Amino acid sequence: MHLMGIWIPILSIVTYIPLAGALAVVFFVPKERTGAIQAISTVIVLVDFVVSLPLWFLFERGRESYQFVEKLSWIPSLGVDYHFGIDGISLLLILLTTLMGIIAVACSYTAISTRQKEYYVLLLLLQTFMIGTFCSLDLFLFYVFWEVMLVPMYFLIGVWGSDRRLYAAIKFFLYTLAGSVLMLLGIIALYFYNTTGFLSYKGLGQPPTFSIEKLTAVAAGMPAELQIWLFFAFFFGFAIKVPMFPFHTWLPDAHTEAPTAGSVILAAILLKMGTYGFVRFSLPMFPDAINTGWVLSVVITLSIVGIVYGAMVTLVQKDMKRLIAYSSVSHLGFVMLGVFALNMAGLQGGILQMVNHGISTGALFLLVGMIYERRHTRMISEYGGLARQMPIYATYFLIMALSSMGLPILNGFIGEFTILQGAFAKNFWWAFSAATGIVLGPAYLLWLYQRVFFGEITNPANATLPDLTAREQLTLVPLVVLALWIGLYPKPMFDVLRVPSEKIVAAVGGRTLPSPALARKPAPERDPSLAVEASRP
Amino acid sequence: MKVSASDWLLLSPELFLTAAGLLILSISAFFDKAKEEFLAFLTLLFVGVAIGLVAFLSGYGGRGAPIFAGMFIVDNFAIFFKLLMLVSIVLTVLASIQFVGRAPYPAGDYYALLLFTGVGMLFMVSGNNLVSIYVALELMALSSYILAGYFKLEIKSTEAALKYFVLGAFSSGVLLYGLSLVYGIAGRMGLPDLAKLFESQAKSNLLVVGILLILAGLLFKIAAVPFHVWTPDVYEGSPTPVTAFFSVGPKLAAYAILARIFYVGFPKFHADWGLIIALVSAATMVFGNVAALLQTNVKRMLAYSSIAHAGYALMGVLGFRTEFGLWGILVYLLAYTFMNFGVFALVVFLETKGYAAESVADFNGLARRNMTAAVVMLVFLLSLAGIPPTAGFIGKYYLFTSAMKAGYAWLAVLAVLMSALSLFYYFRIAAAMFFSEAEGAPLKSSYALTAAVLICAAATVIVGVAPQPFVEMLRACVIKAP
Repeated sequence: MHLMGIWIPILSIVTYIPLAGALAVVFFVPKERTGAIQAISTVIVLVDFVVSLPLWFLFERGRESYQFVEKLSWIPSLGVDYHFGIDGISLLLILLTTLMGIIAVACSYTAISTRQKEYYVLLLLLQTFMIGTFCSLDLFLFYVFWEVMLVPMYFLIGVWGSDRRLYAAIKFFLYTLAGSVLMLLGIIALYFYNTTGFLSYKGLGQPPTFSIEKLTAVAAGMPAELQIWLFFAFFFGFAIKVPMFPFHTWLPDAHTEAPTAGSVILAAILLKMGTYGFVRFSLPMFPDAINTGWVLSVVITLSIVGIVYGAMVTLVQKDMKRLIAYSSVSHLGFVMLGVFALNMAGLQGGILQMVNHGISTGALFLLVGMIYERRHTRMISEYGGLARQMPIYATYFLIMALSSMGLPILNGFIGEFTILQGAFAKNFWWAFSAATGIVLGPAYLLWLYQRVFFGEITNPANATLPDLTAREQLTLVPLVVLALWIGLYPKPMFDVLRVPSEKIVAAVGGRTLPSPALARKPAPERDPSLAVEASRP
Repeated sequence: MKVSASDWLLLSPELFLTAAGLLILSISAFFDKAKEEFLAFLTLLFVGVAIGLVAFLSGYGGRGAPIFAGMFIVDNFAIFFKLLMLVSIVLTVLASIQFVGRAPYPAGDYYALLLFTGVGMLFMVSGNNLVSIYVALELMALSSYILAGYFKLEIKSTEAALKYFVLGAFSSGVLLYGLSLVYGIAGRMGLPDLAKLFESQAKSNLLVVGILLILAGLLFKIAAVPFHVWTPDVYEGSPTPVTAFFSVGPKLAAYAILARIFYVGFPKFHADWGLIIALVSAATMVFGNVAALLQTNVKRMLAYSSIAHAGYALMGVLGFRTEFGLWGILVYLLAYTFMNFGVFALVVFLETKGYAAESVADFNGLARRNMTAAVVMLVFLLSLAGIPPTAGFIGKYYLFTSAMKAGYAWLAVLAVLMSALSLFYYFRIAAAMFFSEAEGAPLKSSYALTAAVLICAAATVIVGVAPQPFVEMLRACVIKAP
């Protein structure tokens, strides 16, 4: 980015502001001064958010290539570069991350009372690693951020979590690590395919590189059977992180045991790493593998099972946090379905739904955290009739529950609708099966709402609960605004996503039609793909 | 045999250290217990001079050709190992000062033995002939048996020494038997001569037996399955600084010589020994990691962890004639030396503070008592588990690539899964340090030990974040495939 003729590495600045803040706290603030630590952390994440805003305004919507690119040689022996750059997909996720960073810090002032210095340092470190992951255009660099991110999260769960935190923390770490090391092998195989070859595969003899752009082109040219192997190597890394159906068991534990900020970050950002990986790597890199019938069937089946199974398990949860955690399995199943519909509507809907899920599920975890702080229990049976005692709280909760279940005028609807549109265009039965999840969504959320908020206050412990403070409301308002914005006028989001999505859909050989009904662009612009479509018998 | 002055110069570090060891041994009688620290500083000084000599040789034009009638060779490969081994001795001395100072045994013997072990290791990595290699290996082994039993009044230390000696002597016998078989067939001992001879000769069954026996003898030294059984007992019983040293120094020498014998001596039979090494590597990493999962004693856990790491490192030996082969093992060993020594150095730290550091519980609440120590320990654990951006990740990355490149994709898959599994037991220590609410008085470390730990930590982080200069340097240290 150029400002007054001076080149500014804005992505690096956005990425490392939290790291710098963390180091400042470590070295210059004694741990007794908790007020100062909170204040510094807040300022840091606020500054980071403000610095990240120009990305949104200066981002050129129509440009095909990556923007705000920074490139330095890092390990030339291996061809590793320090290479940052973003497209519309990473742009949205980075902004979501910087925003959620503020909320995560702000919701911790009273919730965290022990070892505060370490807590805020870890939160800030996590912020840097997450943004770095979304910015990376070099696979090696991406992998470094991707993996090191687990460390602060492990400690956030393990130190400040609830009763079974040790178990949840190590389970989270081991599961995700097992997936990512397989991805590492996939990366190595790709690297060799590009250079000198491995096993029986003759390499292309190109200079060594980890550039995502270059390796994407290389991977797409690989023989189909190698693509399938590598697809699954990457698949484990991403599917565990999403998490997709049989790999999801770490998620309820991690979410439930984590402190509120941890759950919010997990739900809003960390889960998106997996779907982001699918969008950024799996789709454009392995089109032949994906278009192999059984591979696609496996992925879609797992997604649909995730949607339905996740929703049904959600229904029977007794713990609010666990309930919302399981609902994530269902929602992320939707995202996966959209992404693997391999058309514009599905992909754009899937990506938008990633953001939506971050907003609404993040907010729900935030809300559960607020009531937990007051009552120190998350059991649904402990509550009832809260609407009388805490009307403001009840209102926010309702808005966010409605957003999560996909009510029109709120964000969830746009995402789910677009995904279903994409799925329908690809295969009627996919859309049909997934739609059952949409039916179950309101069931578990409204039932939860009914049990917690309606009726008389039966538990005397709830009779004196104070309603939300101004600070608590302040953390929720931006999320409500965003939910409404995306719900009413999603076009800016689709505008940002259109070009990168087109590129990916074209790479994976899918149909560029239909583009989402809600973001139809003027007819003349859609021509090349349309012409191809029309000419098909 | 013609010996030039240049030959003597090339072996000057070894000769100097021999003299230094003898000097320390002879003057130690004049020091009483209270002043023995001086001997430690003297040892550091001598090793420092030796490092200087090796560093000088790295720029010396006469290196790279066989010397003393082909008995030794001082090539870049040897120079890298010599430097790393000397650094490991420096670290050991730093970690020992306080530890040995409290023990009721003369420190002079200890430092002298450490230097003699060092001499053996240095000679070994320069060995270019089966006989010189064997003699050097015995010098190293005999000195280290005594070091293991240095706490001679303690049952465990004596047991460690005895076990180490009996099993070590047996394995030396196996190795010697293999060497003699090879000599019987070939009638020559120099590694390049052997390679030249076998180039034109078909292999006989007897030769295969000979090679297998040599392999077995060397696998014992690096504690690979099924020759690992001595490791946990010896690591547990030896004085902890000695354990730290054993886990890096002699292993470095063994890897170096394993690579040299098989690369230079038997390149033609790679197809035979390659598969065996792959299988041993797989068994070693599986067994080491699974056994480590079950340990509650930290030293035993780390012993099994270093067995597992021997399994990873063997992957590097496989990458024969690929650009990542020996390069991978060199990068990995550079990382391994610092991270593994660092972990043991922190165990030493707890022990000198009156903790037995026996169970994981001894690490409880370390974060509250000494945050720096806890964070540094975390860095080592992350590095051992291969999490970026640490040296351990870079090292493992090279090993995985060399296994893939060598065509052992199944081994690479196994290795990555095992290294993910290893996190489980490494992080038991991390969890104890950070999650436990145990309170206690702050712990302070001695300067020497702090220096050792910080050197290791700095190396682990720097090699992890900016590996370029190191890997480029190591590329030049690879033995050129014949």
